[in-house]
Amino acid sequence: MSDYLQMWKDLDMDIETHDMLCQVLPTAFGDTFLSMENRPESMGFYDFVVSEIHGIRPSEMIAAQAEGKKVVGTFCVYVPDEVINAAGALFSGLCGGSQFWVPGGEKYLPKNTCPLVKASLGARFDRTCPFFRLVDMIVGETTCDAKKKAYEILGQDVPMYIMDMPQMKRDIDIQKWADEIKAFAAKMEELTGNTITIDGLNDAIKTINNKRKALARIYDARKNADNIPISGLDALLIMQIAFFDDPARCAEMANKVADELEQRNKDGVSVFPAGTKRILLTGTPLAIPNWKLHHIIETSGAAVVCEEMCTGTRYFENLVDEDNATLDDAYMALSKRYMKNNCSCFTPNQGRIDDILRMAKEYNVDGVIDTNLKFCCLYDTERRSVEEAMNEAGIPFLGIETDYTDSDAEQLRTRIEAFVEMLG
Amino acid sequence: MYYIGVDIGSTCAKTTVTDADGKIYFQEVCPTGWSSVDTAENIRKQLADAGFDPKDNVVVATGYGRVAIPYSDKTVTEITCHCAGAVQLFGHQEMGVIDIGGQDTKIIEVEHGMVKNFIMNDKCSAGTGRFLEVMANTLSVTPDQLTVLAEGGSDTSISSLCTVFAESEVISLIGRGEKKENIAFAVVDSIVRKVASQASRMHLAGKPVCLTGGLCDSEYIRKALSNELKMDVETCPQARYAGSIGATVFARKLGAKKS
Repeated sequence: MSDYLQMWKDLDMDIETHDMLCQVLPTAFGDTFLSMENRPESMGFYDFVVSEIHGIRPSEMIAAQAEGKKVVGTFCVYVPDEVINAAGALFSGLCGGSQFWVPGGEKYLPKNTCPLVKASLGARFDRTCPFFRLVDMIVGETTCDAKKKAYEILGQDVPMYIMDMPQMKRDIDIQKWADEIKAFAAKMEELTGNTITIDGLNDAIKTINNKRKALARIYDARKNADNIPISGLDALLIMQIAFFDDPARCAEMANKVADELEQRNKDGVSVFPAGTKRILLTGTPLAIPNWKLHHIIETSGAAVVCEEMCTGTRYFENLVDEDNATLDDAYMALSKRYMKNNCSCFTPNQGRIDDILRMAKEYNVDGVIDTNLKFCCLYDTERRSVEEAMNEAGIPFLGIETDYTDSDAEQLRTRIEAFVEMLG
Repeated sequence: MYYIGVDIGSTCAKTTVTDADGKIYFQEVCPTGWSSVDTAENIRKQLADAGFDPKDNVVVATGYGRVAIPYSDKTVTEITCHCAGAVQLFGHQEMGVIDIGGQDTKIIEVEHGMVKNFIMNDKCSAGTGRFLEVMANTLSVTPDQLTVLAEGGSDTSISSLCTVFAESEVISLIGRGEKKENIAFAVVDSIVRKVASQASRMHLAGKPVCLTGGLCDSEYIRKALSNELKMDVETCPQARYAGSIGATVFARKLGAKKS
């Protein structure tokens, strides 16, 4: 990594502890990613971003702040990036994906809290992540109980704004989310001192839609039944980086990858041998640098061809209506798109089951692996309905609960290898 | 040409050698010890001494130590191998297989002689051979003796599923003067209930259920499991070798491909 020491010092980071993280990441990345063969050339950009993960994008954000712009941290794919963008602010996904931060979070949270929430609090309070340090405000949302309560603790250390998520999908809930988005827009205006105009919001909607379309192209290329142009790991990395990159650049880079993948499909260039079993991975998000399951699956004779996850299809599926006449129309258009997302915090949540069945077909999968982070009671409980639906549809299914540690890696490998053997 | 299956489990390593027709020529079990690599080497020597040198024959490795066997031609997971082994041993194409191993317990749903679905304990060692071993140790008996003692006991239970907490419970029971037989009964009862609860999540109704793994020698465990599941659990003396027998099935397939 280039020299960002002064920047980290200015962010009041714990340099010594952070150095330990900087030392392990390149090895983890090298072992997992650089050992793969025949990766798309366009992955070079993403490799570079990882190599400078705590430097390059934070320094861009800090430069924007020097020009008077604000940076907002988010934790959920329901928080509308369009509103942040229209207010002239930058956004960054913040979810923690490393065991490195978990013990820090356990100082503040019960041990039986999901590792994503623990890692996130640990990253902020232990002062070992520049993104967590540089944000002017964090936007939380009432998706799950662990996050709701953790935000109260986080709010003691950093300005927090909470959006109240509906938990059902009736018309009144869609109206309610539109109202929440409007209230959030007012908060963003207050934070930035800028006024959100309908033209500005329509532009922001187009910008984020373009990013969604570009990411969707990558996933479309993964649907090819005869060719696997990109590993699940590389696709996951693109999604993970999309959460904090500039949206226009994200679209540009994703389109470059998509171009290459489409060409690979034409030329029959695959990163896996013919006959490799195709897996749809569903469940809880895989925040950077959580590459554990993809790595185990893809070194056990199978390939991940789709992620029905927040770090996957939930991030880009469905577009927001463009060219809205009024701000209220735009807030409703946003609400309608976001409420099409199917997180297990909703009840009932048949939409997610339908999504999984649809994706199993679209991506020509041989089996579904549903995973949840330990102590995520929502996804864990919903597994039963997912499994029943897969049994009924005759789609082989494996459920896996895991966390960020490597302690269960060999057990998981046995289970995943056996599942792949079962697929024939 | 012989076909060799080596199953290195967490507690015991099992080896089976067959000819092309599946006739068994050699079968051996030994403790895994602390090093799978050393165990693999000992097995190699044993095989070579008995005239089945791995380098001249086809070897399939399974079990958690499967990657530690340098002379294997292929590795197959113990889940797939236990299924194939049980199909050979019990002759059912449709069945449930319960394998109580040293550190994990697997329930396998078998359809058309293949794995249809499976679950493994993933949280802890409750309901495994290790649980039995730890408790036997606390009671100063061998696991075999414990299952014999259990037959004469009754009316005591251990509520904790965590092996460490359950051990404390056993120590409390010893402390208050509970009969050894009753404590042994409670230990086996705890394992059986845990295994049955896992099995209840699989679709085993109306199918034969077969017990494989190290605990198959205990008639008492078979009976207790049958009572808890309300179905007659089958087993046979060779069932502890199910994993290695299954591995020979894949060795024969591999051999057929090679020749």
